[in-house]
Amino acid sequence: MTAAVETAQTTTIHGDRVSLLRVLGPAHVWALGVGIVLVGEFTGWNFSADKGGALAALIVCWVVGLLYTSVAMIDSEVTSTVAAAGGQYAQAKHIVGPLMAFNVALFLVFAYTMLEVSDAILLGDTIVAKAGIEGLTHNSFIAATIVVLAWLNYRGVLMTLNVNFVITAIAYVSIVILFFSVSPWTQGAVLKLNELVTPGNALPYGWIGVIAAFQFGIWYYLGIEGTTQAAEEVRSPARSLPYGTMAGMITLLIAAAMTWYVCASLMPWEYLGITYYPLWDAGKLTGSPLLENLLFIATLLAALASANGCINDAARAWFSLGRDRYLPSWFSAVHPKYRTPYRSILFLLPIALAFAFIADLNQAITFSILSGVLQYTFMSINIMMFRKKWPLGSIRRGYTHPFHPLPAIVLFCLCMVTFFAIFLGFGSQLIAMTVFYFLISLWFHFYRYKFVRRGDQFSMPWPKPQGY
Amino acid sequence: MWMGLSYVCWGISVVLAAWMLYDWFNVDTTYSEETLTSSREGELEAVSEKHRI
Repeated sequence: MTAAVETAQTTTIHGDRVSLLRVLGPAHVWALGVGIVLVGEFTGWNFSADKGGALAALIVCWVVGLLYTSVAMIDSEVTSTVAAAGGQYAQAKHIVGPLMAFNVALFLVFAYTMLEVSDAILLGDTIVAKAGIEGLTHNSFIAATIVVLAWLNYRGVLMTLNVNFVITAIAYVSIVILFFSVSPWTQGAVLKLNELVTPGNALPYGWIGVIAAFQFGIWYYLGIEGTTQAAEEVRSPARSLPYGTMAGMITLLIAAAMTWYVCASLMPWEYLGITYYPLWDAGKLTGSPLLENLLFIATLLAALASANGCINDAARAWFSLGRDRYLPSWFSAVHPKYRTPYRSILFLLPIALAFAFIADLNQAITFSILSGVLQYTFMSINIMMFRKKWPLGSIRRGYTHPFHPLPAIVLFCLCMVTFFAIFLGFGSQLIAMTVFYFLISLWFHFYRYKFVRRGDQFSMPWPKPQGY
Repeated sequence: MWMGLSYVCWGISVVLAAWMLYDWFNVDTTYSEETLTSSREGELEAVSEKHRI
């Protein structure tokens, strides 16, 4: 007992400093990444069928899978080397420069907060749809989702990601159960892919439909790069981050393929492209009440896991901005008992609530996707600069990704295609966001940067970059 | 049942939000600002070595 008390006292505050706790392992990294993403299988990806048909949804599943495999490989190399809270923000700060880092942090906060908002709206709408009662609104469920998860994050990262691991695993297993319940090896018994996807309707809008489908194809994997936000809280960043991220990507590729196969074999593309609940609907179409209820619960759990991970990641990015004085240092406070960035969590809580109550689901999703794609574009440039400034052998890397520069080039090209696809569907939002980031960059450059302690922000003990 | 669940959700939200605000006030009035904002990037490895179990 005495030893336990002593341990608690000595690990609460280390001398003069209160820091985040290193308590996480690879399973938590997996839970963070897959937890954020898996909701995309339960809703979101299927809107790509509306843009280009069922086959287009499969093509983007594979091609966007390639985009995210590049993201995971690049991220694993850089983050296992720049292991700090803030993830891509800390990478940008050390490799590109402060203005890029400030923008990347904003991309992160926007992408995760808007995704959290979308998750909460989805959860509320799913419960209201299940209840089917007049007068019941989604507001109370949205509020409870955001506040309960913020409370969980406030109380500590270990419990937060333990919970995420359990609920993500249940949601994932439900997809596997659905897949094996419909006899996937026998067409005609339950599944009717050959009747629903024919040469005549596979690509109803041709190849331009495939390009347009990229916008929602992103949903198969959106957020896997969020694993990097745990960099400062994992026990072994060089091992846990690449392992957790890669395992997460493999898991998601399997889930995405199973999801498409079952849904495209049960629903015509005209319906698949507009429903908000493709997997829940697939459960209903099997005629099994057990599967229907399992997929309903799994939809809720996937939304919860995603919102939980998003709160974790957005708060770390905001906290990192405060710690480097890119924002007031007030945001960089760490809770002395729970060791979490509690002020950042509390600051983002009412913002998420406000957006969830006033925003439309499509708008929230679009802002999240836009910020995400801006971030991926940065990552392709970032890895090229990283390898050029610090070639292999000049610094210790936890993981070195293969085939460089191919993944970076593939990532950049696919990001350009995705921007074009977003422009086709949401051109005004794309322009508005670009203008927003331009104006906020001016504010940072001409006003805020004078408060930054320039020497303190670069913490990696690296040699001078090549050419400097 | 669903309406009841809706009221329970409002209740839980209010209670937990109030708890977080109370704890925030408590922490901010107990610890100095220097201590709370003392985390530094890159110092974690050195700091974690000081654990004594």
